[in-house]
Amino acid sequence: MGAFDWSAIVQSLPFLMKGLAYTLQLTVVAAMGGTLWGILLALARLSSIKSLAWVAAAYVNLMRSIPLLLVIFWFYFLVPIMLQWVTGAEYPPRIGAERSAYVTFILFEGAYFCEIVRAGIQSIPKGQLGAAYAMGFNYSQSMRLIILPQALRNMLPVLLTQTIVLFQDVSLVALLNVTDFVGAAVKIAQRDSRIVEMYTFVAVVYFVLSYGLSLGVRLLNKRIAIIR
Amino acid sequence: MSMIDIQAISKWYGSFQVLTDCSTHVDKGEVVVVCGPSGSGKSTLIKCVNALEPFQKGDVIVDGISVANPKTQLPKLRARVGMVFQHFELFPHLSVMENLTLAQLKVLGRNKQEAIAKGEHYLDRVGLGSQRDKFPGQLSGGQQQRVAIARALCMDPIAMLFDEPTSALDPEMVGEVLEVMVGLAKEGMTMMVVTHEMGFARSVSSRVVFMDAGRIVEDCATTEFFGNTSARSERAQQFLGKILAH
Repeated sequence: MGAFDWSAIVQSLPFLMKGLAYTLQLTVVAAMGGTLWGILLALARLSSIKSLAWVAAAYVNLMRSIPLLLVIFWFYFLVPIMLQWVTGAEYPPRIGAERSAYVTFILFEGAYFCEIVRAGIQSIPKGQLGAAYAMGFNYSQSMRLIILPQALRNMLPVLLTQTIVLFQDVSLVALLNVTDFVGAAVKIAQRDSRIVEMYTFVAVVYFVLSYGLSLGVRLLNKRIAIIR
Repeated sequence: MSMIDIQAISKWYGSFQVLTDCSTHVDKGEVVVVCGPSGSGKSTLIKCVNALEPFQKGDVIVDGISVANPKTQLPKLRARVGMVFQHFELFPHLSVMENLTLAQLKVLGRNKQEAIAKGEHYLDRVGLGSQRDKFPGQLSGGQQQRVAIARALCMDPIAMLFDEPTSALDPEMVGEVLEVMVGLAKEGMTMMVVTHEMGFARSVSSRVVFMDAGRIVEDCATTEFFGNTSARSERAQQFLGKILAH
């Protein structure tokens, strides 16, 4: 193994950066998709339609009670088989780990974002919805124009903190042999026997990005509070 | 014909009855004050008028339209009835002018120029023309409530509902809000006002409705209500004795 070899990192940098790009892309898409899905789930959970609220609650509780790794495996291995069974095809459709990861993370994170958004909606005084209705807004206008903008603003720091967690969780896709940031490092570490250099470099980059973001969230937290 | 006709409505929270057989009416251009001890159902009653509170029996007819009829489009009906709340309920994430124009744009479908012109007109009217770009949190309670009144007026309502509009205000700000309300009444606005301001009731309203324990106990002309106190129910006499003693 020998001494710490910086050139091992420099040489493989383009490959590693490609992995990082995928990681960031998956994080951003999953955070945005998960937020949208989470908003819909939160509205369903708070709905006065009992069956809708029940289904949404069951989904959220299920997702939050299963390890993420299992959910990733489940979507990668079992969903194609289910699709084959449903469509009656000869072979399971090939979805591919990269694509199934997007779906997995949106659906999984949606459950967590749902609980954040739900708390955000409940933090808005009841009278606001009454006032919105009294002005003649219907349900969807009241949510879109009055309640959600206030709720999301209150919740933005928590949503971003959850996104930092997501950024780290995304590395689990390396177990499906996907070339995300960690996946790229694993491949080079094995090929060149540069385990120390690779895993140290990845850890440092993860730390810098995550900690930097969390400092940003703290700053934001001070600036966005609505004056009441 | 009555602008607001409340017909024998009853309402329950679970098994607890909050309104029992309440009937009254507000004619066009009339100001009716609803008063009574706290917990008597005044706020609940006024919120039944624009269906912010559902009720299980009876009906409310607003300008010929039934609130209880499931076919009635409630957002449309509510857009025509202005409401002012105890805690103002301005939208804190929007500027004063956006508060005044949002529903005009999204509910009435007015264009932006028209909406802003309307907003400026009513903001001047409540004496806050210079505050248009501020946010609600930057205004005093009295100013916020005046903006809330302007916001309701921007919709050109056929009637205005006031739910304890001065109860959450510091005493020195009550006057500025009442002044706006008196002006509205003088212009012939149809108003239903839940309030403890007996001075306002005496000088502006034409009828007083007194409620206790979810029932309408008194419903008579203002001069009769305050002038002939010996003819009032025992409960109303107690209430007036407490509120007018000071």
